[in-house]
Amino acid sequence: MTHTPNQPASLPDIPKAPNPILQTYRMLWNDKFAFVSVIFLFFVLLCAIFGPLLLEDIATKQNLRGRNAPPFDFSTNWAYWLGGDALGRPLLARIIVAAQNTIFVAAGAVFFSLIVGTALGLVAGYTKKTWSQVIMRLADIIMSFPSLLLAVIVLFMLKSSVFNLVIVLAITRIPVYLRTARAETLEVRERMFVQAARVMGASTPRIIFRHILPVVFPTLVTIATLDFAFVMLAESALSFLGIGIQPPEITWGLMVSQGRPYLTTAWGLSLWPGLAIILTTLSLNLVSNWMRTALDPAQRWRLENVRKKND
Amino acid sequence: MLNFLGKRAVASAISLVGLVLLVFFLSRLTGDPTGLYLPLDASEEARAQFREIHGLNDPLIVQFFSYMSDLIRFDFGDSIRRSEPAIDVVLRGFAWTLQLAVITMSLVVVSAVIIGSLAAFKVGGVFDRIATFFSLIGASAPDFWIAIVAIVIFSVNLGWFPTSGTGTVWHWVMPVAVLFIRPFGLILQIVRGSMITALSSAYVKTARAKGLKNRPIIFVHALRNALLPVITVIGDQAAALLNGAVVIETIFGFPGVGKLMIDSILQRDFTVVMAAIMVTAAAIFVMNLLIDILYSILDPRIRY
Repeated sequence: MTHTPNQPASLPDIPKAPNPILQTYRMLWNDKFAFVSVIFLFFVLLCAIFGPLLLEDIATKQNLRGRNAPPFDFSTNWAYWLGGDALGRPLLARIIVAAQNTIFVAAGAVFFSLIVGTALGLVAGYTKKTWSQVIMRLADIIMSFPSLLLAVIVLFMLKSSVFNLVIVLAITRIPVYLRTARAETLEVRERMFVQAARVMGASTPRIIFRHILPVVFPTLVTIATLDFAFVMLAESALSFLGIGIQPPEITWGLMVSQGRPYLTTAWGLSLWPGLAIILTTLSLNLVSNWMRTALDPAQRWRLENVRKKND
Repeated sequence: MLNFLGKRAVASAISLVGLVLLVFFLSRLTGDPTGLYLPLDASEEARAQFREIHGLNDPLIVQFFSYMSDLIRFDFGDSIRRSEPAIDVVLRGFAWTLQLAVITMSLVVVSAVIIGSLAAFKVGGVFDRIATFFSLIGASAPDFWIAIVAIVIFSVNLGWFPTSGTGTVWHWVMPVAVLFIRPFGLILQIVRGSMITALSSAYVKTARAKGLKNRPIIFVHALRNALLPVITVIGDQAAALLNGAVVIETIFGFPGVGKLMIDSILQRDFTVVMAAIMVTAAAIFVMNLLIDILYSILDPRIRY
């Protein structure tokens, strides 16, 4: 067949769909704060997983000569670089070990509330009947009261343990996901593809989990990142008040509280764990901010444009 | 509007009953306050008498119904610890917390709205970067930690402010300042985000094309529309302020309802705990109503 003159010699290049992992990495690289935060969070996660395994002995060994030792004495063992606590235990090692409880309590609570809240929210949004009403009233009960106070009351009554703490914090955070999931579902269920799925005879669970959930989920994950910071602060506050994690278990919040009597003589005892809390929550906030931009098609150009300028 | 108010009142009443049920039975699980209030060597008769006076002998379900029937007549019972009506104790504490919350929240709203709007005006500018940085740190910092660091710096080392109490204006500076930080950071973020959306909308371009100056564009045209999502967050934060108040009141020895609640739980003063919960929940209900009304004032399209 001969070449037809009115057909262009070559079609314009259609850009290939970029590799999603590489694209994510590039968008992350363009937001330097978020990039540093992700690295820091990764480091904290490593501490949380391996810290107690490696450092448990160092962190619990008392050394009365190192009582309230001042920080930045680099002639000593590295574990004492941030000083020692009231019993002469090395602060740096203790902070690394305490990362485990701090991170896992928050992660557990966020995970449970995300799963339960999303499931309930999807059901409440998709079915208009009685169930929706029951679920929303339950959420109202939890929302009608400051979460920290509720946690204080319940924890004091149930005797606090890591498990109870996770459950209580999870319950107080469920309404957040529930309401978001429901509001989004109410909007998404009216869209054409859901109606198409219904016309084709898809069952209700299939519509909810295969068609609606993927649309709703990115928003929920962004909220979860931010909420992780909130839950961490709540756990720290509870431990600080003495109703959260109990010694000999440690978390950063508890360490701040344990350092309180020595504020005037050894300020480092409260300062360093507090700084660990701030840096972690700050990183989570920055990552959540980045995710909000990266997952929003209308705002994403802010992250992609920079790359073109740099290239 | 009245119909809407009625519906809301019924819904809140249901959740309040749920809350009361939950706390009533959970608090009874913590044990008998008798051992806590009578001396160790108190005779068995004295203990029995104490239980009789405070109605602790009856089965739990009977206690619950007698409590509820008193409650319908707005009788919240007497505080075990202070032998005066529980509601009086709670309202006294609540007045302190309310003052603290109102002062803090007004400062937060005014400063967050102004700074957030200015930051959104030039996204990525120097002012925007500084404001975002500080608001993020503010939203991330644990309030109890800031409180004790502030005590070390401003009370112990510099001696500017007293560490606890409520006597003078100076006593209020640190609690208000520490409570201010978290909601300020969060609300500033929301104001900035929603102002960015509002400033890129068509009516702002029209206003600019008309030749209006920047100030009326930001604070009259854009802000009014950007405020709706902000008000929702302000409501949440005002309720969350009570969370912060628990911690702050404990650290600064502030006689508010948060500290009262912690103390009462520890002392098993059940009537005070219940009364405090109901007063707080009622306050949150009123605040949510005010926010809904504010919504319809700001956006005339919203009608109830």
